[in-house]
Amino acid sequence: MRSIFKTTVASLATAAVMGTAAFAASHATPLTGDLKITSDMSNPAPRAVMEGLVADFQEMNPDLNIELTIVDREAWKTQIRNVLGANAPDVVNWYAANRMGPYVEAGLFEDVSDMYDGGDLPGLDAVKGAMTLDGKQWGVPYTYYQWGMYYREDIFNELGLTEPTTFDEELANCQVIVDSGRACYAIGTKFLWTAGGWFDYLNMRTNGFDFHMELARGEVSWTDDRVRETFANWRKIIDMGGYVADHQSYSWQEALTFMTDGEATAYLMGNFVVAPLRDAGLDDTQIDFYQFPTIADVPQGEDAPTDTFHIPSGAENKDNARAFLSFVASADVQTAINSGDALGQLPVNADSSVDADEFLEQGFEMLSTNAQGGVAQFFDRDFPAEMASVGMEGLQEFMVFPDNLDDILERLEEARDRIYQ
Amino acid sequence: MSSVTTNASTANRGWYNRNEIAITPWLFLLPAMLFFAAYVIMPICQSFWISFHQWDGLGEKTWVGMANYERLLGLGDQRMDRKFETSFWNNLKWLVLYLLAIPMGLFIALFLNQTVRGIRLYKSLFFFPFVISQVVVGLVFSWLYLPREGLLNAVLAVFGAEPVNILGDPTMATYGIIAAGLWPQTAYCMILYLTGLNAVDPEQVEAARLDGAKGSKMLWYVILPQLKPATFIAFVVTIIGALRSFDLISVMTNGGPFGSTRVLSFYMFEESLSEFGFRMGYGAAIAVVLFFIMLGFIVYFLYSMWRDEKGAN
Repeated sequence: MRSIFKTTVASLATAAVMGTAAFAASHATPLTGDLKITSDMSNPAPRAVMEGLVADFQEMNPDLNIELTIVDREAWKTQIRNVLGANAPDVVNWYAANRMGPYVEAGLFEDVSDMYDGGDLPGLDAVKGAMTLDGKQWGVPYTYYQWGMYYREDIFNELGLTEPTTFDEELANCQVIVDSGRACYAIGTKFLWTAGGWFDYLNMRTNGFDFHMELARGEVSWTDDRVRETFANWRKIIDMGGYVADHQSYSWQEALTFMTDGEATAYLMGNFVVAPLRDAGLDDTQIDFYQFPTIADVPQGEDAPTDTFHIPSGAENKDNARAFLSFVASADVQTAINSGDALGQLPVNADSSVDADEFLEQGFEMLSTNAQGGVAQFFDRDFPAEMASVGMEGLQEFMVFPDNLDDILERLEEARDRIYQ
Repeated sequence: MSSVTTNASTANRGWYNRNEIAITPWLFLLPAMLFFAAYVIMPICQSFWISFHQWDGLGEKTWVGMANYERLLGLGDQRMDRKFETSFWNNLKWLVLYLLAIPMGLFIALFLNQTVRGIRLYKSLFFFPFVISQVVVGLVFSWLYLPREGLLNAVLAVFGAEPVNILGDPTMATYGIIAAGLWPQTAYCMILYLTGLNAVDPEQVEAARLDGAKGSKMLWYVILPQLKPATFIAFVVTIIGALRSFDLISVMTNGGPFGSTRVLSFYMFEESLSEFGFRMGYGAAIAVVLFFIMLGFIVYFLYSMWRDEKGAN
């Protein structure tokens, strides 16, 4: 991987010498001073990427004193509050959209709209929206991934099924699968968020992306008939026995065994599910991907959660931090860090190329050509934190006891009344 | 120094020397009092203060008066917070069922209180669950309860019973966790009673035996009264253990399914410090309610200790 970064650096240097990008102006002279980075990329592959990024940035700016701290990804979700307060670092990791809300409101994230307006971030127009709150941009994305149906191609072939494009086909397929003694979908809802993915897709397909976002912003009632329609569609799958039993007791990783053992044929998940499936011994002839089928005649919206870099407003070396952010988001670096042997996800820069990987290619194709509805982040990132936690609990309950729907919706509506004021 | 004080006249002695007797105890108490004030009294007061605010832990606090309590307890025309209601009842279940550890501990202690070859080994084996971490206990039990692969269902299958998913069923999950908690707690009570049994006066037992007492009568009228101090401590640690039942819940169900296994301490953590939390005011209000519940028990314990000491004099 180091060699990939080397070429990246070389090409960037060329760009600087040629003076083509606006980039060149700020990078003509190597940076000096300090740059403190706190990153949550603690899993093995992301960690290597982060360390590689720092090493390359160091090589470009030999006189810059870079200090990298990597913290556990889960712990970071609560630690970030303390870190942003006193003695803030210059660059931190976080998530796009509503998840930025508390920090933007508290004035803890630096407004980086000038980078978008000033041409420091070429190729990022498509993802600008996810970084925008109150009409300003608050950070720079570095990777994102598609969600969709990952399924057992070999079982589909065995049962003579094809990738469905409509919900009716999906249900017909599911009936065949259930009749063959399997469950259609693996899912583990112990930590709740997996149920959020199903709701996102069913609601975006039933009522459209815009409606889904109105619901996320608290503008629509949870007891609205359109929401009920979403749950009615969901119930069809539940009633036919589409989901694996006892899913409330499993984490998403534990539920993977249903798919690898062939007891369930598909998994609605993010692209990060591919790596563990491959590790479990399934090869690419056995797994494949299709976009969540259409239900109503609405433009398709997709979930594509985006991970980001931000500058805390209390940072001391904001110029260096800005330079690092534009470095991370530049086309070549994006190509390198999102490749199959690095993060294995999608680059955020439109000028980057997607790695030759069956799933990345399909995902990129889907998001760039077939997501006219819009791109959502994910249930727990689009809805405010409290609504998300109450909501996901209700969704899990619905999946186990669909008869409790009225009570659940009433509870969610009560929470909506209180939360969005 | 003593020679100086005895030789000097009263008028010449310094202020400290004159008040030495009165001040010295306070000087010894001072460090403890400072730490107690800084780490216990102050945080309690701060919790009270925060509970009257709406605060995300980052920005400005907004004064909301009693609003947090109104929502939590359903004062006025509001309905009681359902999560709070569930948590409160679960806390009660914990308190009542956790006390089973005391008779079970007593029974095992009586059983083990004999001199046979290798009894120390048996005692340590029974004590073993208390030594391992609560997190490990939680993990072991959640594997035991696993819906398909779990040992429990394998055993049930031998008897031809239907498989159960204890931790996935909102009506059973809390009892499943309490059962897991009873395992180490019983061992704790057992060790308390074993030490207590060492202090039982053999002469009294002998006298009772001469008077024809045996079996349950002997236990109830002769042994148990002498074990009263052990029972008291077992009661205290069990009540406190029940109120602190946070780690098992966090490991085994994370409050689920659909929040049915929450207790007050877990709910407080969720509201204020978890990933989707940071509603500090509301969390503090839960903490205050929990504080008063615990205070009730603490006052009772202090009162009974005071009463015993007075009786002893």
